[in-house]
Amino acid sequence: MQVDLGMPQLRQPDPLSTGVAFPEASIVALANGQLRENLARATATISAKRTQVVNEVDDWEELREAGSLIKADAMRRLPELLERLEASVTRAGGHVHWAADAEEANAIVLGLVRDTGSDQVVKVKSMATQEIGLNEALLAGGVRAIETDLAELIVQLADDRPSHILVPAIHRNRDEIREIFEKHLPGVDVSKLTNDPAALAAASRQYLRSIFLDAKVAVSGANFAVAESGTLVVVESEGNGRMCLTLPETLISVMGIEKVLPTWRDLEVFLQLLPRSSTGERMNPYTSMWTGTHDSDGPQNVHLVLIDNGRTKVLEDPEGRDALHCIRCSACLNVCPVYTRTGGHAYGSVYPGPIGAILTPQLTGYADAGDASSSLPFASTLCGACYDVCPVKIDIPSMLVHLRATAVEHRRGSGAAARAEGLAMKSTSWIMRSPRRFSLAQRLARLTVRIIGRGRLLSRLPIAKGWLASRDLPRLEQESRDR
Amino acid sequence: MNSKDAMLARIRRALVDVADEEVRVVRGYRGAEPSVADRVAVVGQFIDRVGEYKASVHFTTPRELPGVIAGLLAGTASSLIVPSGVPEGWLSHVDEDQIRTVADDPDHPLSPHQLAEFDAVLTGSTLGVALTGTIVLDGGPLSGRRSLTLVPDHHVCVIDEDKIVSTVPDAIAALDPMAPLTWISGPSATSDIELNRVEGVHGPRRLDVVVVGVG
Repeated sequence: MQVDLGMPQLRQPDPLSTGVAFPEASIVALANGQLRENLARATATISAKRTQVVNEVDDWEELREAGSLIKADAMRRLPELLERLEASVTRAGGHVHWAADAEEANAIVLGLVRDTGSDQVVKVKSMATQEIGLNEALLAGGVRAIETDLAELIVQLADDRPSHILVPAIHRNRDEIREIFEKHLPGVDVSKLTNDPAALAAASRQYLRSIFLDAKVAVSGANFAVAESGTLVVVESEGNGRMCLTLPETLISVMGIEKVLPTWRDLEVFLQLLPRSSTGERMNPYTSMWTGTHDSDGPQNVHLVLIDNGRTKVLEDPEGRDALHCIRCSACLNVCPVYTRTGGHAYGSVYPGPIGAILTPQLTGYADAGDASSSLPFASTLCGACYDVCPVKIDIPSMLVHLRATAVEHRRGSGAAARAEGLAMKSTSWIMRSPRRFSLAQRLARLTVRIIGRGRLLSRLPIAKGWLASRDLPRLEQESRDR
Repeated sequence: MNSKDAMLARIRRALVDVADEEVRVVRGYRGAEPSVADRVAVVGQFIDRVGEYKASVHFTTPRELPGVIAGLLAGTASSLIVPSGVPEGWLSHVDEDQIRTVADDPDHPLSPHQLAEFDAVLTGSTLGVALTGTIVLDGGPLSGRRSLTLVPDHHVCVIDEDKIVSTVPDAIAALDPMAPLTWISGPSATSDIELNRVEGVHGPRRLDVVVVGVG
């Protein structure tokens, strides 16, 4: 008798969580000297460029304020705007689909591709498609997705994970990239390939050109979608966006519901905020705008897939929902003292850095007290640099503190560590409530430090290991010095 | 319940706490202005900023335009594609024996592979933005179908000086949202490799901008 035990499913890695908490993952990242060097140089360069072009703009603060308010307004009126967007796109000859989660979105895209009879798609870089794991889902469905953005191509060829929102291969230097191309880029004359960035870019141009000219189906994201007109906007530098958005017959754009803008006029704000904040330029090389289908020009089969995938969960929290204002510029990553040292992989999510620390845990929610996502709000010094540079004024530090509180709530009532921390907090507040107890505790502390010393012996004690591993006790004085 | 209804219902439930609140958008930034205050300064800024992107910029008069165009194409292009609305006068100095010129027919559009056989494309444009050094094409008879300015390696783009506006808000106010728009600020580039900026990935590697003075 045969029993069908079913096929074991290969679990796809979750784009929003590798399951490894930040403290553990960051130790690995920090030990990688090459990564730290690449990151330091790259983020310092972009930040400097950003500062320079922002300083040029007299009304930058007014633009930020307007950007912040337009986004807040859009979130308030989200249902109305999404319906208007659907009507506008449909009127212009496009088709709109709604996907509650990643699985549904992937199924919709796969179905649309299959309808064309194609087994290959070209892709423009899109955070949303990374978030839902689209490439993997397409592959499982027999469709090959070819990344055309240089950095995404590098990540794809190396079977790697992206480490930055804007420059996903920032953790790779030119020698590593040359090696990746040498090993994995089809049709490349390896003997002639140097590590010069111009040569590497030329190799990718050559490889992709014929793919573009033959492409039948493209998948993109969208930086903005205007509800009033149904216009979609893609902001890019290389031209691969234009290739994908213009040459194939079928175009499928996947977009988070929070990207919708109320009016055409609103673009005048964001087309100023985004280029200067992201690549530190007055304007990026190419911005494409299209509305449904255009006669004899570009794709005649146009689709927009609107995804939720946890965004409505983020909306539910009045103190957390502003995270949805993010326009994915990555300015916050480039100034974060934590991100610039650990890189994106340590966060375990396609959204790393300061914005990732507030967005990822809200999108995923906390499965249990030990959920790796819950470690992300703690991956911060709360220095506030991210808030200063955010083009839409997301108050990331306040949200980090708020999300830490929620994480602690989740951890409460489970695990010895949580109980110990709770106990320590309770006894400390008991001591500090009474002046007599407090001064007794101070005397005891001075005595303790004199006995056991400030450093090495202390770190061998089995208490507060994480805390004491990299700290010494302060010298405790009889009286405070400042008279 | 289908996903659309479910999603909209979830959004409404999530926003119950701010159901009666309205957000007033304050636009304190420099907005669109009805006309250009100082045309000479604006055109000068446009030329400077386009030049900073490694596109070459030329300033000429309507009478000398055909000569400038011919000069930019001579010796580098043997085939040229133009949108259907480009004035014939623009091509009057182009050597027909050296350069095969084809006008794009919207009713019989060339395929991407066919376009790839052309060395160069010559178009007009719909407007320019001085502050950012940007040219905008609108897919119309003068700008051409979008693929025309994408596939050939050399793009010569003509812009009348009175089509140059000052700021991005000026441009947004002047543009038609229903047209297929392409905003071009220099030739294509990538900074993905060690943040080292490299020009010319996909799209024309050579961009020549010709500003035509009015009168």
